[in-house]
Amino acid sequence: MDKFSVYSARLVDKTENFTSGHRACQGCAEALAVRHVMKALGRDTIVAMSTGCMEIISSPLPLTSWKVPWIHNAFENSSAVISGVEAGMKAMMRKGKLPQKKINFVAMGGDGSTADIGMGQLSGALERGHDFVYVCYDNEAYMNTGIQRSSSTPYGASTTTSPAGKLSIGQHTQKKNMAQIAVAHNIPYVATACSSYPFDLMDKVKRAAETPGAAYIHVLSVCPTGWRIPTEDAIKYGRLAVDSCVFPLYEVINGEYKLSYKPYKKLPLTEYLKGQGRFRHLTETDIRHIQEQVDRDYAKILKLCGEGK
Amino acid sequence: MAKPMDKITWQEIETGSVVLEIGSARQYETGSWRSERPVVNAAQCIKCGVCWLFCPDSCVKQAADGHFEADLTYCKGCGICAKECPVGCIKMVSEEG
Repeated sequence: MDKFSVYSARLVDKTENFTSGHRACQGCAEALAVRHVMKALGRDTIVAMSTGCMEIISSPLPLTSWKVPWIHNAFENSSAVISGVEAGMKAMMRKGKLPQKKINFVAMGGDGSTADIGMGQLSGALERGHDFVYVCYDNEAYMNTGIQRSSSTPYGASTTTSPAGKLSIGQHTQKKNMAQIAVAHNIPYVATACSSYPFDLMDKVKRAAETPGAAYIHVLSVCPTGWRIPTEDAIKYGRLAVDSCVFPLYEVINGEYKLSYKPYKKLPLTEYLKGQGRFRHLTETDIRHIQEQVDRDYAKILKLCGEGK
Repeated sequence: MAKPMDKITWQEIETGSVVLEIGSARQYETGSWRSERPVVNAAQCIKCGVCWLFCPDSCVKQAADGHFEADLTYCKGCGICAKECPVGCIKMVSEEG
């Protein structure tokens, strides 16, 4: 099955472990990513989730959208909590107090809780080598509280705390590359994915769950509200990010890089930037500067993956 | 859930804010947020399921004859299904008529 075509959609599992009735904005590709991740994981899963969009929209007391055991955490400690859950369950199984069973331990967080606030705890959990999967939903700012910049916001994006103006280009620092930071921990599995490519995303989540030891998945989740795009274009902009090589899809299995998808024709960056309200102030010089940066980063990934130009 | 959300008082909430019923958010009907609704031309539908796969609210359901239709109780009207449909058989229609 070609994992990048979506025309075999009916083969996907019909059970929903993340139900309707959640309060995500219209066209939220992050809620879509959670839905796909939960389809791939199934019911034998325990989820610890950091504060963020997906936490507040799915669990307003007394309701919940989750059909699996789920625990809410503060921004910084979802990876620490899931470490404890994993160690505890393992001990109970060893002592015979629980039946032996394969359970997926999953920590989830947004880019704020992963790249900024919870990075130390995530690093600790990856280093200790717990058997868990960390899924980062990267919508490139703190969208939940009103589009404040995070360290995952790309260069040139206008947010409420990095507004563009006469003297400012918007966000003036580079996006933190969390996937590469995870690779640097020498963990068995790291991957980048996007909810516009659901088969690839589900494949990667399944592989991460099957991998013994820590695994990290970085999911680009388009946010129509924060990126200032029409709600129906949420899927399109995910594809454009991948096709313009702003967000290359790859996986790293035991240190071996493998490119998951090489665009048939690399699109110019303007295709991705135009139409996004957060980039509308950029001049041609700025775009050329960003294009050079994107080309450099993509060449680096191609070299690591051993792909010719 | 046995009781509707707005009838639950603070005394009835479990200690530690534990929610014991799974997927209870289904009683919250997000369909009221909608300003446009998707209308499917069933004759044109090729029953591929792409709209179902890309719906962030998992509200698209398969009808008895195999074509896919949005459940308007939960549909927020984002328009992703209309945009992603490979044959273009879904149209967004204003709720105001």
